[in-house]
Amino acid sequence: MSVDLSAVRRIAHLARIGVSEAEIPNLQDEINAILKFVEALEQVDVEGVEPMTSVIPMRLPMRDDVVTDGGITDEVLANAPLTEDGFFLVPKVIE
Amino acid sequence: MTDLTSLTLAEARDQLKSRAISSVEITTAHLEAIERAKALNAYIVTTADRALRMAGASDARLAKGEGGPLEGLPIGVKDLYATKGVHTQACSHILDGFKPTYESTVTANLWRDGAVMLGKLNMDEFAMGSSNETSYYGPVASPWLPPNWSHDQARAALANGKRGLLTPGGSSGGSSAAVAARLCLAATASDTGGSIRQPAAFTGVVGIKPTYGRCSRWGMVAFASSLDQAGPLARTVRDAAIMLRSMAGPDSKDSTCSPAAVPDYEGALGRSVRGLTIGVPKEYRLDGMNAEIETLWARGAEWLRTAGAKVVDVSLPNTRHALPAYYIVAPAEASSNLARYDGVRYGLREPAADILDLYEKTRGRGFGPEVRRRLLIGAYVLSAGYYDAYYVRAQKIRTLIKRDFERVFSEGVDAILTPATPSAAFGIGEKGSQDPVEMYLNDVFTVTVNMAGLPGLVAPAGLSSEGLPLGLQLIGRPFDEETLFTLGEALERSAGRTSLPARWWA
Repeated sequence: MSVDLSAVRRIAHLARIGVSEAEIPNLQDEINAILKFVEALEQVDVEGVEPMTSVIPMRLPMRDDVVTDGGITDEVLANAPLTEDGFFLVPKVIE
Repeated sequence: MTDLTSLTLAEARDQLKSRAISSVEITTAHLEAIERAKALNAYIVTTADRALRMAGASDARLAKGEGGPLEGLPIGVKDLYATKGVHTQACSHILDGFKPTYESTVTANLWRDGAVMLGKLNMDEFAMGSSNETSYYGPVASPWLPPNWSHDQARAALANGKRGLLTPGGSSGGSSAAVAARLCLAATASDTGGSIRQPAAFTGVVGIKPTYGRCSRWGMVAFASSLDQAGPLARTVRDAAIMLRSMAGPDSKDSTCSPAAVPDYEGALGRSVRGLTIGVPKEYRLDGMNAEIETLWARGAEWLRTAGAKVVDVSLPNTRHALPAYYIVAPAEASSNLARYDGVRYGLREPAADILDLYEKTRGRGFGPEVRRRLLIGAYVLSAGYYDAYYVRAQKIRTLIKRDFERVFSEGVDAILTPATPSAAFGIGEKGSQDPVEMYLNDVFTVTVNMAGLPGLVAPAGLSSEGLPLGLQLIGRPFDEETLFTLGEALERSAGRTSLPARWWA
């Protein structure tokens, strides 16, 4: 499989990564080089094989259903580029 | 006076305990060495005040006959570990200015045991790379000289964009260079496809990626969560064993972290290898393999046989699928993990008209080319219509890879011996500029281990004909790091300690 220019634009949008028109052909080549590299996997017989979900068999640990964290607004916001009144600030989302 | 930076971690520990040296002395010696080695670019941040404060506190504890297993020992920390109040960016521009309000479990464990933090170490951006060249802070120069280079020539190159100098490997390139250049006694590193073991091989030091779940991933900047593991880089197998014992352990903050108690890994050193069975997998003998690597591998097997181990041929038929499957699984998980960098909650934010524009501009400028490439691949293989063909198929192949190892171990093999890398260290700027896959091939021998969640240790095994270090890898059963330390030390003893390069940069 390989991607065309419009697919590259679509993927970049899906990934929310702004790329300039001038970069698209180069990205297409790079992505197709990687897709070509993984192409051989299409030939592997995986009939009846379970996909891996956990590499080391382990029981998921359970804990009491109680609040163990919170009340640290200042710490949560400490690294935010823009805040106001204890909230993250973003450009207008709703008109 | 002895050079305090040339001591091994174990030697320094013993001299601190007997009070022959103080932590402030050995910490100061390292801070001075770091200052003189700035041009190597191994450290991106030095925390001198904090280091001296920690060292002073360690000396006070040592004076009272107290202190933990790492009391007073200065170490370096890969920029991927969250360190409270200290630069933590995984060497990415998108985490610009980020200073965590919390400490990673692995580093908290090290400080609990008395270690002293010297600073944060350079790395490939988000651990995506094999040469430390994708770092936002620029490449790291290996302390190893290119073949036939003079010290003057190397110093001139250092001042001229590091052109022609060797890479220390990646992604833990700052860690490997710092350990080899004696800018710390040991360092934390991390490994998703080979990022501890390939740099270890390139710089003549020891690295271990433990079993998935042995170390907590809490507070480590995530790349591919089902593959990422913490581990140490150090100058001897003993030093790596001492470091891992402190780094590992249960953690309720990471549900994939094993509840099993951590053994005293140092106790595994010096155990007899007699009666152990070592597998040599024929699928690792690649077409067109470097003859030197092949010779090294055979010599390693011979060393273990001489020490009393039984060496047998084994087969891991799905080996060749591991690297392609990795380049589906790892980017897919990365695209999900790195979705958090949105310009809203932390790090870089580019001015924008609306929220979508904010995401796209911030992420477009914040991620470097290699990270961007992998995020695009990840978004593609997870997108509607391709998920089953790529991601689910790759996870099925992962099951096949793991089964290969399980079969070999069930047949009585205790550990598997392989080369660590396809070649010795290459030059800065030499690989991957035309085709990204060229760089990916570096991990061909290491990536299987992450795909199967197993422990893998790389120990120096000698020098190439050009005088560059080469390593061998030992792969173990899940949670049997002890056998790897036993065998690793046997290899180290046979190969002889690698003499590290003189300080041409200082």
